[in-house]
Amino acid sequence: MCSDGDRRGGALKGGSGLRTLTLQRSLLAHNQTLAADLRRRFAALSLPVVNLLASPGAGKTALLEALARRCGGEGVAVIVGDLATDLDARRLRQAGLTAVALTTGQACHLDAAMVQRGLEHLDLGSLQLLVIENVGNLVCPAAFDLGEGRRLVLLSVTEGEDKPLKYPALFQSADLVAISKSDLAAAAGFDAALARQHLQQVAPQAAVVSVSARTGEGMAALAAALGLSADRGR
Amino acid sequence: MHELSLLLALAEQVQAEAQRHGAIRVLAVELRIGSLAGVDADALAFAFPLAMAGTAAADARLHITWLPAIARCRRCGHRFGVAGGVGPCPRCHRHGADLLQGRDLHLHSLTLDP
Ligand SMILES: Nc1nc2c(ncn2[C@@H]2O[C@H](COP(=O)(O)OP(=O)(O)OP(=O)(O)O)[C@@H](O)[C@H]2O)c(=O)[nH]1
Ligand SMILES: [Mg+2]
Ligand SMILES: [Zn+2]
Repeated sequence: MCSDGDRRGGALKGGSGLRTLTLQRSLLAHNQTLAADLRRRFAALSLPVVNLLASPGAGKTALLEALARRCGGEGVAVIVGDLATDLDARRLRQAGLTAVALTTGQACHLDAAMVQRGLEHLDLGSLQLLVIENVGNLVCPAAFDLGEGRRLVLLSVTEGEDKPLKYPALFQSADLVAISKSDLAAAAGFDAALARQHLQQVAPQAAVVSVSARTGEGMAALAAALGLSADRGR
Repeated sequence: MHELSLLLALAEQVQAEAQRHGAIRVLAVELRIGSLAGVDADALAFAFPLAMAGTAAADARLHITWLPAIARCRRCGHRFGVAGGVGPCPRCHRHGADLLQGRDLHLHSLTLDP
């Protein structure tokens, strides 16, 4: 994508009263500018920020609850996008995390402006980790930079091994992929080797862990990858 | 999908450019969109007049140039066309290619009157 600002003026040509203005500007230019502002703000605080993305019901909130159970919720805040309710935010608070609900209405993704509004409710200086739980959707959120440092994408075993191939844009943008609900793998007939092969094809850059919010499998590895230690806050 | 929200952002950009250049009307809007950008042509065409209503581009025509997805092999540098996900390199058969083009969502040009 081209950055905005560099070609503000555009190139004009034409006679006869009509002019062609060439801009070559990203439609997402405004979001990219806001996201860059956020990224600078997070960097100034050395605050790690994770954009958590997955399909509806893949276990995003459950994973954060499990992390809170394991590591304690102190110093960890979640900005959570939810279409119509604040149910996720309430679950997260119940688990001991600080949570801000962004009620997105019909929006199919979070954008940087929404995150900026969410930040008004947080004391960033007191945080060690900020997680942004995106709207459940494997398509739209991929295009919207939220100023995050890393993207964590969940692939739940009940969705099937083919999702990385069907939704490559999202998986290609992942830094970390967690295969979630691993306790259900046998029941779902999930072929973990095949899923990892597909991830290797589409997203060779991403580290892959297998996790269960239910049994705690893989949670230590995930917590470590996110920079949380098990005894933190105890 | 978020075609409408993309077009609302577009409407703001178009209106600002029309004002900056003293144009009364915008006659045409040309977008360049990658085939993997995740937007749908029909949804764009449907939402375009809704998003542009009340701006200088209210009656503008929408032109979309679709850009094919192209990847480059990290190993051997071969460039190849991509449909769906980026698969192995057709020349050296290795995985790991970078998408050079295909996710583009660009406002390319405007036709202004005067
Ligand atoms: N067995 C099992 N069930 C899980 C696990 N993680 C989540 N679930 C269940 O999956 C369902 C969805 O979990 P959520 O955490 O709400 O999923 P989500 O991705 O946050 O959903 P949305 O925010 O609505 O998109 C719930 O019924 C959870 O109990 C897991 O590791 N194992
Ligand atoms: Mg949730
Ligand atoms: Zn090659």
